[in-house]
Amino acid sequence: MQMTAEAKSSNQSASKSGASREIFLPPERDRVKDGGKPHLSAKNFSIFYGDFEAVKKIEADILSKYVTAIIGPSGCGKSTFLRAINRMNDLIPSCYTSGSLMFDGEDVYGKYTDEVQLRRKIGMVFQKPNPFPKSIFDNIAYGPRLQGVKEKKVLDEIVEKSLRKAALWDEVKDRLDKNALGLSGGQQQRLCVARTLAVEPEILLLDEPTSALDPKSTAKIEDLIEELRGSYTIAIVTHNMQQASRVSDYTMFFYEGDLVEYAPTKQLFTNPRDQVTEDYITGRFS
Amino acid sequence: MNIGTRKILDRSFTAVGLTSILLMALALLVVVVPIVSGGIGAIFFKGTIEHRKLQLREFDNGNREVLDRQIAESEPYRQEVFRMLDAFAAELETFEPTRKREYSSKVSSVKDIVSHLLGPVPGEPEPILLRFQYGTTRWEKAEESLHDLMFVTKWDTSNPEEMGKQYFVPRVDEFAGTSLAALFPYIEENLEKMLLPEQTFYWGFLTERSLDAHIFGGVWAEIQGTLFLAIGAMLFAFPMGVIAAIYFTEYARENVFTSILRSANSTLAGVPSIVFGLFGLAFFINTIKVSDSKSVLAGSLTLAIMILPTIIRAAEEAILSVPKTYKEASIGLGSTKWRTIVTVILPAALPGIITGGIISLGRAAGETAPIIFTAAVSVGATIGLGDVLTSPTPALSWNIYNLASEHEAANEIRHVQYGMVLALISIVLLLNLSAILLRARISKKLKG
Repeated sequence: MQMTAEAKSSNQSASKSGASREIFLPPERDRVKDGGKPHLSAKNFSIFYGDFEAVKKIEADILSKYVTAIIGPSGCGKSTFLRAINRMNDLIPSCYTSGSLMFDGEDVYGKYTDEVQLRRKIGMVFQKPNPFPKSIFDNIAYGPRLQGVKEKKVLDEIVEKSLRKAALWDEVKDRLDKNALGLSGGQQQRLCVARTLAVEPEILLLDEPTSALDPKSTAKIEDLIEELRGSYTIAIVTHNMQQASRVSDYTMFFYEGDLVEYAPTKQLFTNPRDQVTEDYITGRFS
Repeated sequence: MNIGTRKILDRSFTAVGLTSILLMALALLVVVVPIVSGGIGAIFFKGTIEHRKLQLREFDNGNREVLDRQIAESEPYRQEVFRMLDAFAAELETFEPTRKREYSSKVSSVKDIVSHLLGPVPGEPEPILLRFQYGTTRWEKAEESLHDLMFVTKWDTSNPEEMGKQYFVPRVDEFAGTSLAALFPYIEENLEKMLLPEQTFYWGFLTERSLDAHIFGGVWAEIQGTLFLAIGAMLFAFPMGVIAAIYFTEYARENVFTSILRSANSTLAGVPSIVFGLFGLAFFINTIKVSDSKSVLAGSLTLAIMILPTIIRAAEEAILSVPKTYKEASIGLGSTKWRTIVTVILPAALPGIITGGIISLGRAAGETAPIIFTAAVSVGATIGLGDVLTSPTPALSWNIYNLASEHEAANEIRHVQYGMVLALISIVLLLNLSAILLRARISKKLKG
């Protein structure tokens, strides 16, 4: 793929690596301040499970402070790609990568990259809400404590700030010492967002964050993404195309490990360049 | 399959399952009821004045004034018995030699029984063994002795084809026509007044040391030894087991070496405990010499090796059952692997780990074979905490066996054996109960 955020041909292997990338910004009214710089740059980036190439030679930039949706049918490699960004795939022993994935000028898979430090800058929210079986306070304070924050006052501030950002503060402020597993599914997921925000990451990865939630909670999470847009670079994997079109500025369409099309969301949904993309977004297969 | 057959099959399976459970419960009842009733008999029984004398003199328990009053009350009846024996001794002198020899042997067994009942006969030299310094301390034993006094046990061996048959002859017949004939009805009549039995609640059975090899006293030394050994084993096995489980679940790569380690662990769990006992003797005592001979330390180490596989397995299961999502969440927040294990995985796995640990603790408390060669002595004093590195100790499991099979007066002290069994079962039950409660508490905390 030659250009970020531009419609690309389906034949990815034909692309020339190293070609200059043109950045398409959204219309003026949708632009965010200081946004639009390549925050993550994949060059010839492939991910393997053993012999199986799950994600094939991706060439793409994810732009700072915008929301990028990653869509595609099951097993297309979209989650694998997302989890590769903060090296969660390290937990799978047979998984390895080739090519490069740069984050702020540093290779994510570089020899001297500290993946623990990296994950503090690239936070992740998972498909199923996964709060720790601890109090709400301890859940949020988990990340800051890892970084050595011990003072109760500082932690209190971080907890409140994070919960406010995740639009959960008003619902839980009176029961911060209660176990987080007592919250509803939607609240738990927002708690997970708050927990990730408490670490003050630069990038927020959301792996199908609403697939386990009811419509009302889903709407709240979507509102939350809207709120966070412009402050964080967000990449969201979703099965739900309406959601992708609602919350994202850019959309990546994955199919069988290939990045088939990557364009501003409106363009991708209204005027897809690729036949496969069109078939998918019109629901001919899923 | 048609619906009728299916229903019949379902019902018959229910019936079979229920029957087997009921049979099991019945078997348990058959075993537990005698143990519990026998064990309670060690603590709650009709104690005679001899029991109270013993308690006051050896343990300084009881009320001296009350006892003195009771002694004064019982003494006249006892004096009468001794007077009759003295009178007969005088009478014996008048008998012709053959008759005298015959009766002196007969009267000496009477004297034996009387001193067994009432304590040493005045005028005889003070016995050295404590067991002969007091009469019968338990009323039901006194009744047995009374029967022995009243009747001579004889064996009918006239028919060589059959086993000898036991029959009883009144002892009074042997002394018919002598002055001693009056002794038997007198004792039968007045034994209660001589021994003054009272319902006794002997709590000291659990807290006092034994006297004269468990003839008298309690089983505290054994209880304490059992606790030392079990807790000592836990101190070694629990941390090691948890660390090994963490290694297996979080660090070990799936390769030949790991699978050899795993199967070695499973095999170790199936090794008979006596083998561990011999290993403990050969390795801990003879080879690396943790102590010169048997010691609590050597026994604890042996028990630790024995329970280690169980703890590893339980901890492994518990760690594996922690949802992967917890780990992902923690790693995703920028936590290191070790930090994730300590702050997220272990707390979530704790109920399972503790359950495995306490079940192993119960097993360590109950095992006999591993400590025979490494820690247990049949009769021993209570040891202090400072002696655990060098001293052996009595322990419930081993002493139950020892008292039942090797003690010279095994038949006389059945109540002690039952009491020990009950104490051991109670300890194991208490441990398991605390495991259940602890587990429930932590689970509740985790679930919120």
